[in-house]
Amino acid sequence: METILTVNHLSKNYGRVQAVKDLSFTIEKGNVYGILGPNGSGKSTTLGIILNVVNRSSGDFSWFDGTVSTHEALKKVGAIIERPNFYPYMTAVQNLSLVCKIKDVPADKILEKLEIVGLLDRKDSKFKTYSLGMKQRLAIASALLNDPEILILDEPTNGLDPQGIHQIREIIKKIAQQGTTILLASHLLDEVEKVCSHVVILQKGEKLYSGPVDEMLASHGFFELRCDDMEKLKNLLEEDKRFGKIILETDTMTAYLEEEMSAVDLNQWAFNQGLVLSHLVKRKESLEEQFLTLTKK
Amino acid sequence: MKRLLHIEFIKLWNNRASRVLIISYFVLLTFIALVAAIKFDIGPVEFHLADQGIFNFPYIWHFNTFITAIFKLFLAIVIVSMMANEYSNKTLKQNLIDGLSKKEFIASKFLTVLTFAGLSTVFVFVLSMILGLIYSDYTEAAIIFRDMEFLLAFFIKLTGFFAFCLFLGILVKRSAFALGFLILWVILEQIIFGLLGWKVVSWDMADKIKGFFPLESMSRLIDEPFTRLGAVQAVANQVGETLKLDYEVRFTETLITLVWTTLFIYWSFALLKKRDL
Repeated sequence: METILTVNHLSKNYGRVQAVKDLSFTIEKGNVYGILGPNGSGKSTTLGIILNVVNRSSGDFSWFDGTVSTHEALKKVGAIIERPNFYPYMTAVQNLSLVCKIKDVPADKILEKLEIVGLLDRKDSKFKTYSLGMKQRLAIASALLNDPEILILDEPTNGLDPQGIHQIREIIKKIAQQGTTILLASHLLDEVEKVCSHVVILQKGEKLYSGPVDEMLASHGFFELRCDDMEKLKNLLEEDKRFGKIILETDTMTAYLEEEMSAVDLNQWAFNQGLVLSHLVKRKESLEEQFLTLTKK
Repeated sequence: MKRLLHIEFIKLWNNRASRVLIISYFVLLTFIALVAAIKFDIGPVEFHLADQGIFNFPYIWHFNTFITAIFKLFLAIVIVSMMANEYSNKTLKQNLIDGLSKKEFIASKFLTVLTFAGLSTVFVFVLSMILGLIYSDYTEAAIIFRDMEFLLAFFIKLTGFFAFCLFLGILVKRSAFALGFLILWVILEQIIFGLLGWKVVSWDMADKIKGFFPLESMSRLIDEPFTRLGAVQAVANQVGETLKLDYEVRFTETLITLVWTTLFIYWSFALLKKRDL
C-alpha cells in the first residue's frame, strides 16, 4: 500500500510543556483516519507540525515517502485547520484564485468546487459577509481545489449549528466515497465513528492507540437482554464462563462476552435453560465507550 | 518569480485601502509638476519658480528624487499593512498550509518592495525628463544624462526603507503598532545621536556613528538640494556664509543602506522561520 505520511518519534515542547511526546504513526492511501483526543491532547500541534506552520522540537516526518520537500508536498494536500483563514476583503472566487496560484494549479476548477459545497450563488460575495458555516464550507472548497491526495480537517464542525454540522458531514462522506484519503481530527466521537476506518488516539501528547477502529479494544462485544425472570438470568450468566462482566441497569441486563458468540446461540442457550427473552441485542462498544475505556487507563 | 509577484498583486489590488494609497502615491508624484506653475506677482517682483533653475538638467535629477522620496510614507503604510495583515487575518498560516514555503513568502514580499521602488524610480525618471525638456535651460544629451546616480540612489533608498517597513510588519504583527514603532525609531535615532554627542564621544564622532543608523544612512543617500540652487547660494554669499558643495551620492552611504536592506530581509526570514503560528 502507498504511504502518504510517516511520522517518526515526533516531539514538541512549548517551553516546559510537552505538547507532543514521541509520536509515531503512518497514513496509508485510501483510508479515512481519525485523530482523537480530548482538548489539549496535541492534535492541532501535530497537524501544525506536518503542515509546516509549527516547528518540531525533535523527531521527523515525511510526505509521500520523503521524495519531495514539505512545501511541495503540501501542494498535493488539502488542509483546513481551526478557523477558516481567508482575505476578508476578497470574494470567494478571488480568494480561491489566490489559492490556485499558490498551489500552482489552473483556476478552472473553482466553480466546480464551489458547487460541491453549495456556495455557487454566493461566489461574488466578500468573505467577511459569510456566516461561520459558509466560511467553513469555503475552506473545504479551497482544500479541494487541487484534487488533493489527502484531505486534512481539524475540527471541521466546531462552532457550527446542527444544519451546518450536517452539511459538513455530508460533504466529508461524499469526498470519502470518492476514495480520497482523509485525516480528521476531532473530539466529537460520533463524528469520527461515522466516517473513519482508522484512528489514532492521543492523550496529553502521547499515542494510546493507532490502527483500525474495530480492533481498538480486544473485545467481542456485549448483549443487551430482557426477560421475565431477571434474577434467574443473572445467576445463569454469572455461572457461564463465556460471559465476563454482568451489569443490571433498571430493567436491562448487559452481559459482556469473553469469547465469540452469536445472538442465535445465545437465544438457543437461554431457551434451553427455560428462559424466553423479550429483548435481545448484540452490540459492539461504541467508539465513545472504547475511547473512555482507553483514556481512563 | 512571476507567480510570486502575481500572488502579491492579487492580495494588494483587491484591498481597497491599499489600492487607494498606491494610486494616491503616484498621483501625488505627478503633482510635483505643478510646482512649475508656482508664480508670485508682488508688484514689480515677478517670481516664477520654474525659472529659478530647479528644473535644469542635471540638477532636476537631484531635486526631484529628493522631493518625491518624501511621499514614500504612503507606500510604507501599504507595505507595513500588507505584512501585518497576513498575521492578523491568519492568512500567513493558510498560505503556508496551501504550499507556499517560508522562503517564497518572504521572496514574494521583497519582490513587491523591489517593484514599488522600481516603479517609483521609473516614474520619477519619466516625470523629470518631461519637466526638464520643457523648462531646462540646457538640453544637450551630455548634460541631460549627467548625475543619473541620483536615480540609483533613489531606488536603493526606497528599497532600504521599504525593507525596514517589511521587517517591522513581521516583528510587530500589527500595522498600527508597526507604524508607531517606525516613528519611534526616527526619534530614537536622534536621541541616541544626542546622547552619544553629549556624554560619550565628540559631536564629530557622534555624527559619524549616526551615519551608520538605518534611517539616517538612507536619508544621507540624497542630500538636500536647496543649498545648491543659484539663488540660495547668492543669498548665502551676501550674508557671508559659505555653503558646502559636496552633494554627490557617496559609496559608503550606499553600502551601509544595502547592508541594512540585506539584514532586514534576513531577519524577517529568520523571524518567520523561528515562530510557531
